Amino acid sequence: MKPAATAHPHNPWLAHAVRIAHTETAAPGVFTCDLVFEDPLTAAEYSFSPGQFNMLYLPGLGEIAISISSDPDQRDSISHTIREAGNVTRALAQLPVGTSLGLRGPFGSSWPTEDCVGRDVVLVAGGIGLAPLRPAVCHLLANRERYGELNLIIGAREPFGLLYPLEYDAWRAHGLNVHVTVDRANSDWHGAIGMVTNVLDRLWLRHAENTLLMTCGPEVMMWYSVQMAISRGLNPKSLYVSLERNMNCAIGLCGHCQFGPQFLCKDGPIFRYDRVASILKVDDL
Amino acid sequence: MTVATESNRTVLFLARSQLNQLIRTLADDGYQVVGPTIDQEAIVYGDIASADDLPIGWTDVQEPGKYRLQRRDDEACFGYVVGPHSWKKYLFPPVTLVATADRTGTGWQLSTPETEPPRYAFLGVRACELAAMKIQDKVFLGGPFVDPTYQKRRAAAFVVAVNCTQAAPTCFCTSMNTGPRCSSGFDLALTEVADGFLMEIGSEPGNAVAARLAVMPATSEQLERGNSARQQAVDQISKKLDTTDIRDLLMNNLRHPQWEEVAKRCLSCTNCTMVCPTCFCSSVNEVPDLTGDHVDRERSWDSCFNIDFSYMNGNPTRNSIQSRYRQWMTHKLATWHDQFGSSGCVGCGRCITWCPVGIDLTQEVASIRASQNDSSVGSAVSSSHDEKGNS
Repeated sequence: MKPAATAHPHNPWLAHAVRIAHTETAAPGVFTCDLVFEDPLTAAEYSFSPGQFNMLYLPGLGEIAISISSDPDQRDSISHTIREAGNVTRALAQLPVGTSLGLRGPFGSSWPTEDCVGRDVVLVAGGIGLAPLRPAVCHLLANRERYGELNLIIGAREPFGLLYPLEYDAWRAHGLNVHVTVDRANSDWHGAIGMVTNVLDRLWLRHAENTLLMTCGPEVMMWYSVQMAISRGLNPKSLYVSLERNMNCAIGLCGHCQFGPQFLCKDGPIFRYDRVASILKVDDL
Repeated sequence: MTVATESNRTVLFLARSQLNQLIRTLADDGYQVVGPTIDQEAIVYGDIASADDLPIGWTDVQEPGKYRLQRRDDEACFGYVVGPHSWKKYLFPPVTLVATADRTGTGWQLSTPETEPPRYAFLGVRACELAAMKIQDKVFLGGPFVDPTYQKRRAAAFVVAVNCTQAAPTCFCTSMNTGPRCSSGFDLALTEVADGFLMEIGSEPGNAVAARLAVMPATSEQLERGNSARQQAVDQISKKLDTTDIRDLLMNNLRHPQWEEVAKRCLSCTNCTMVCPTCFCSSVNEVPDLTGDHVDRERSWDSCFNIDFSYMNGNPTRNSIQSRYRQWMTHKLATWHDQFGSSGCVGCGRCITWCPVGIDLTQEVASIRASQNDSSVGSAVSSSHDEKGNS
């Protein structure tokens, strides 16, 4: 009568010790924090897929779920781009280089980069939503020959809210069409003004039916982006969204991150749109 | 004497005077025997040193929002239904230490406790509670990550089930196919009759314990008395939950006005989730000592009825009682099927009894079933199992 268990070799509550290697402001109220593992063996074993997240732990303050924003092929450190929103993120923003903290991960589902092979891909990022898409950008560009047309639409409220602006030229040089649009411009701005859906509406699509779209940003932005994509002829089964809910354990045991039948931490955060479409617009679910 | 059997299982008879021998044998084997006992005018689960600790001669009277103890006209040891406690408090304790952090000269030493689990012998587990354990097994042991605390405690536990011989008006296990008969998931199962207990063996460890007791094969007359005692429980169950297509019924009615209606009565007090034998929501809290150099990470039971349970980016996702009640009930009765392949409800009725305003989930479901009006949302909400099949 002893229940069969699919024993995980590692205690899922055990955090790895990591150290802050570098930290810098990415945008107002947003910072990027590079972490390195204290234990070289853990560093060698650790790998993640684009779109996955880590739990970052400050003893005494708490633990938070943060998407990984670095290149999955980059082995020397792991980056997280973080908006200062609560106690833990505000404290983390103040910590000097060298500070020790805990990390559990990686957790969650990833962007469907394998499904992108041989297809055109559109990425739509709103605000900090570019952070979880950045590893996908790195992965697609590292294997550029495997994919068709690659487009990235980046939206931000204001020009100074754009993440990773110094990388856009390099991305373009590697074969990614980067489109940038802002809600409100200042006098220095020479780019587009308007919503990401405006760009998506006018985007040249070679084969809409063979194009895959991944989007991360505010839920309402993702909703309108997928509606626009569908109206442009993309298949609802080729659209992927990254959702966010309160996360506490990250291992599917605490119940916090439920969204209808889904546990965002283990079934998500990335979902094929048609799997969550019907509950996306239910208030307070 | 012919050996009496039921479902190919040998049935033994343990005289009432020998119940202490069972308790002692389990204690001798190193088990901490826990079972029903009376505390604060309720039958709750606690340490059992001898049969004297059991609620001998007491029963419980239950209805929505009401629980009272009452004297029986006999000296039955297990002549009650279920109280506010469930065995989850031993397997998934209300507060658990999941990790620690200790400041070192250069950073933090992060650890997880490697303590030996208590070895419990559960005495008096009802059929609905066996079903609840199987459900929590799927939650804590069946996913990509296993909860080490639950795993160790569960593996070490010995289960003595007790078949119900009576039911409360709040019971509906027959609707959930979880009882009242204990059919599997136990080491030993008892049925109480006037002068003792019929005993079924459910496992090899159960057999080893039974071999050390003064038991006799049950006579056909004793078996007959056991059957009629158990039948009495079946006959007394009056409450029903129509579970036909219940998953789609609820998910297709996420905007039904009944949610608003029930929210007028629901106090969002969390009682239903605390007494539920399957509810598993929890939160980990930081508990530093005064120096801040040692931090315990404590996991405590939490509830989807707490407003900050869904807190994200400065606001609760489920700000209204309506949305929280809907989350609880749709999870328990609908999305649990997607997540764990069964209902999350075992029909024990605790949430009905212990609701301070007597909300009865079976009636809430019936109200929604009687006036479905929300097909616009739901027709697209097909089971995610189906969807996974399409990929």
